[in-house]
Amino acid sequence: MDWYLPVIWAGLIGTAVALYVILDGFDLGIGILFPFAHTERERDQMMRSVAPFWDGNETWLVLGGGGLWVAFPGAYAVIMPALYIPVIVMLLALVFRGVAFEFRTISRSKTWLNGAFSGGSALAAFAQGVILGGLIQGIPVKDGAYAGGALTWATPFAVLCGLAMIAGYGLLGACWLVMKTEGAVAARARRQARALLGAVLFFMAAVSIWTPLSEPRIAERWFALPNFLFLWPVPVVTALVAYGLWRGLETGREVAPFLAAIALFLLGYLGLVISNFPYLVPPSLTIWDTAAAAASQIFMLLGTLFLLPMILGYVVFVYWLFRGKTREGESYH
Amino acid sequence: MDVDSLLLSRLQFAFTITFHIIFPTFTIGLSAYIATLGVLWLRTGDERYRRLMRFWTRIFAVSFAMGVVSGIVMSYEFGTNWSRFSAAVGNVVGPLIGYEVLTAFFLEATFLGVLLFGFGRVPPWLSVLSAAIVALGTTMSAFWILSANSWMQTPAGYALRDGVAYPTDWLAVIFNPSFPYRFAHMVNAAYLTTGFVVLAVGARFMLAGRHVDEARTMLRMAIGLTAILAPLQLLIGDRHGLNTLAHQPIKIAAIEAHWDGSKPGDFHVFAWPDQNAERNALEISIPRGASLILTHDPNGLFPGLTSVPPSDRPPVAIVFFAFRIMLAAGLFMIAAALYGAFLWWRGALFETRWYLRVMAHCWWIGFVAVIAGWVTTESGRQPWIVQGLLRTADASSPVAGGSVALTLALFVIAYAVVFSFGIYYINRLIGQGPADAATKTVAPLGGASPIAAAQSD
Repeated sequence: MDWYLPVIWAGLIGTAVALYVILDGFDLGIGILFPFAHTERERDQMMRSVAPFWDGNETWLVLGGGGLWVAFPGAYAVIMPALYIPVIVMLLALVFRGVAFEFRTISRSKTWLNGAFSGGSALAAFAQGVILGGLIQGIPVKDGAYAGGALTWATPFAVLCGLAMIAGYGLLGACWLVMKTEGAVAARARRQARALLGAVLFFMAAVSIWTPLSEPRIAERWFALPNFLFLWPVPVVTALVAYGLWRGLETGREVAPFLAAIALFLLGYLGLVISNFPYLVPPSLTIWDTAAAAASQIFMLLGTLFLLPMILGYVVFVYWLFRGKTREGESYH
Repeated sequence: MDVDSLLLSRLQFAFTITFHIIFPTFTIGLSAYIATLGVLWLRTGDERYRRLMRFWTRIFAVSFAMGVVSGIVMSYEFGTNWSRFSAAVGNVVGPLIGYEVLTAFFLEATFLGVLLFGFGRVPPWLSVLSAAIVALGTTMSAFWILSANSWMQTPAGYALRDGVAYPTDWLAVIFNPSFPYRFAHMVNAAYLTTGFVVLAVGARFMLAGRHVDEARTMLRMAIGLTAILAPLQLLIGDRHGLNTLAHQPIKIAAIEAHWDGSKPGDFHVFAWPDQNAERNALEISIPRGASLILTHDPNGLFPGLTSVPPSDRPPVAIVFFAFRIMLAAGLFMIAAALYGAFLWWRGALFETRWYLRVMAHCWWIGFVAVIAGWVTTESGRQPWIVQGLLRTADASSPVAGGSVALTLALFVIAYAVVFSFGIYYINRLIGQGPADAATKTVAPLGGASPIAAAQSD
């Protein structure tokens, strides 16, 4: 029980984080693409395409953070102080973009709120990338507590991951717009998606080359036999999905690019899991080192197994309810 | 761990949670009000209720957004600033917060989308059902968060090993001794607070002669609610206080600025507690008033502050004054609600302009009471973060003081901007009024929906 409970929880939290990254990813992406829209009507259209969803999407972030605390308090108590500044910056950026979203529907002058929405979205994406980079490059730990300084996380690699996240969310947002809007907004999003796909592939390649070179444990995980025999399909499938995404954009498909972008994200995520499992705080603390008491994990697991399908059910219901295209000039609220 | 980091973390948490609690307080009450309006609309078919429902739903959306984003901050601060707290009691408090997210947060956030954007796209019963689900979600949120907070006040159902708390009995953890009182007190406070906001808006429209039908409805509903709940709150507060006396007597001693437990306690209407001299520098008191309230006996004794060493005492002045601000706001609300009910009974509620004018300006009164109440109970628990189990000084993160100073400054600036804009926009929405909101045509978002086609708004 002490062995598999943390594994189940790692799977659940991993799922919550993946859902967060995809769901909030596309609505943060809308913010990242916001400055490139030409008119306020276009911006309205972009915002309306995500308006019914964003509150719910962001809730997965609370589940990610809260879930980490519930299931792995030892990791939560190390990661949060270690990445103190990027975490707080991310939260503040989310505050700004979230309220700008709601205020913008009421306000007459939109310039400042557009800036807060797009700036907040881009900054939140960047900070999330920095957090990811900070985790991958390892956190110094002593006696189960964070032992680094205030800026230990600030490395070129973390900055690279931050930029990668902006490009990735931008790609998800652009593909969402291709699927959910029409007219000039959709046409521009299609062009942006192509450029962003190039950027995302560049960043994925950079991270894939950088991490095995700087972290021997990651190189060993991927290239030692027999691992390599099982793992070589991961980059191959990634390349195929990227090609499919590009073809979908070229041939005027509307839904396929968004699904391919999600697949691309999940493959990148899978790559990171392969590189780092079972470490929650690389390179020292595993999921078993940091797990909560079994009684706590079981208590929470019972509720989660019962409630998570319900949550997923009503999330699907809401997406189904607001399916179809958002046209230009429709009224709102 | 330097002292600066601890103090700054405390300030940051106090600031961010004070900002946060404003919005849940309002949205717990408002969601229940919106659901009530929806049910009345379905039952009577009266368009006035529908217009009011739409009007308040838009205000709800803005408040809820501010609540969501400031709430996400809270769930991360336990780790960023209070990592040793998270590690020591995460086994117990973590799941309570986890259940809050699972049972409540998702319910609210998801169905708010249906409530906000579903008008004209889903049938009326589904809009009203969504309103009821959102209201249920906000109340369940309060349930879990207050359970977690109450456990920090009156921990139960756990065992301590090597400084880490392990759960032994989940029912005892959730329904810990102070939880029922705190939960009742807070939910009632939320309804009262919202009642006074609705009352203020109704009074504002009545005075301006705009949306008079809706204004009458709001005034009647708000007076009807607050005239019952305001006096009830005094009763719940009294029971809550007696519960605190049983479990956290030093908090009560601080509330009453009662130093010497060998004598009956006076009720100090005003006092200037001197923490170092262990007495009050100035007192205006009702002799034996505190003993009468707390023990129902003028000669009754209850523990004084000097019964514990100075290092175990909370900051008396903060607790003392915060409690009196809450009490004063509460007594004002009782008087205002009962006088409103009296005017209604005399048939003069809509014509008594001075009363409406005062009430139109008192929308904030409940918020002041709620914040003062939380300052009382949280400061009164000090120096403990978990009463008797973990000291606040032993709970903070190994984070540099400079980092916390930076983020605290950022929070203050960011929240000041967000709050000013929030108040401005909510005021704008109120200024537009319900009729305006209703005359706006609500076109379905995507033409393909068969429900939307069948349902012309």
